[in-house]
Amino acid sequence: MKYRWKDQAQLFVSFLKIGAFMFGGGYSMLPLLMRELVDKRGWTSEEELLDYFAISQCTPGVIAVNTATFIGNKRGGALGGAVATLAVILVPMTIVVFVASVLMRFWHLPMVQSAFNGIRAAVAALIAAAVVKLLRSNVRNLFGIVLCVVAFAVVAVFGQSPIIVVAGATLAGLIAGRMRK
Amino acid sequence: MTYLLLFFEFFQSGLFAVGGGLSTLPFLQKILERYPDWFGTLQLADITAIAESTPGPIGVNAATFAGYYAAGIPGAITATFALILPSYIIVTLVARALEKYRDSKLVNNAFSGLRPAVTGLIAASCWAVMQSAFVVGKLSDGFFAMIDWKNAALFAVLVTLLHLPKIKNLHPILFILVGAAMGMVFAL
Repeated sequence: MKYRWKDQAQLFVSFLKIGAFMFGGGYSMLPLLMRELVDKRGWTSEEELLDYFAISQCTPGVIAVNTATFIGNKRGGALGGAVATLAVILVPMTIVVFVASVLMRFWHLPMVQSAFNGIRAAVAALIAAAVVKLLRSNVRNLFGIVLCVVAFAVVAVFGQSPIIVVAGATLAGLIAGRMRK
Repeated sequence: MTYLLLFFEFFQSGLFAVGGGLSTLPFLQKILERYPDWFGTLQLADITAIAESTPGPIGVNAATFAGYYAAGIPGAITATFALILPSYIIVTLVARALEKYRDSKLVNNAFSGLRPAVTGLIAASCWAVMQSAFVVGKLSDGFFAMIDWKNAALFAVLVTLLHLPKIKNLHPILFILVGAAMGMVFAL
């Protein structure tokens, strides 16, 4: 398969934006991914994003980077994977170096902390809206509801590792598929 | 030599920290303890605070910050690239394999279980972000003192807006900027 330069450029721009505005790590990139890759470019679907998250959760490394590598690979081969990965870390890296070298003095200013406080509320709202959307499209039968609720409880209530959830859900999916036959 | 050590240490974290950015933090703690001459009094809590409030993946931000502390900008670049290199290689291989077996029944069955479960995981991370946004005290202070009500109200308003036609199609970045602005307004 031949990959086009235009795709690589678009991958770069999209993931540059996603990296620059994802606050809170990992899943907080979801609303941005939905917007940039599903709505705007039509490169992937919400279902596929969930698949990538699932795999990224159980491969080593940072989830956001893994997801970027995945989508980049799909759209532009190994080079696309590198382009997306590099793009997603470029702005954060620059900002962190800037903060570490120059901004450390201002870091504890109340104004700066207040801005981040507001950002947290906005990020929570964005993820909540994304979750509602995903619940509608991906949790449609009793099997799905049970898995979703259990997954939430395992992590949010019992504080266990998401890796257990991914392993358990894979097994449940395989068993359910067997029984359906 | 510092760069080589940095590379080695962060490559190792990137290879073994499974489960996302936060799982790199215990590895980082070990690195801080092992190389006191790099980090001085720098604490993991400071790194985490910066990594969580700057944009970007938390694990990457933490590595950049620690690397910068150890050896300046080249150190930041070394640590960051070392951290993401193992996962880049592994994910590229997995992506190849997935493309090949995309249509297999087994893979689809597995994903049919994974999708609702990952939705639950995302809901859990939403819950965690909500807690960090609203919960400012302990329950022993009383329910009203425990919650940052202004921020909770901001959340409620934004969630409502995100379900209105037209407004919900605005770019998420806009909502984040509004959040930052409102946060500063609340502090006045």
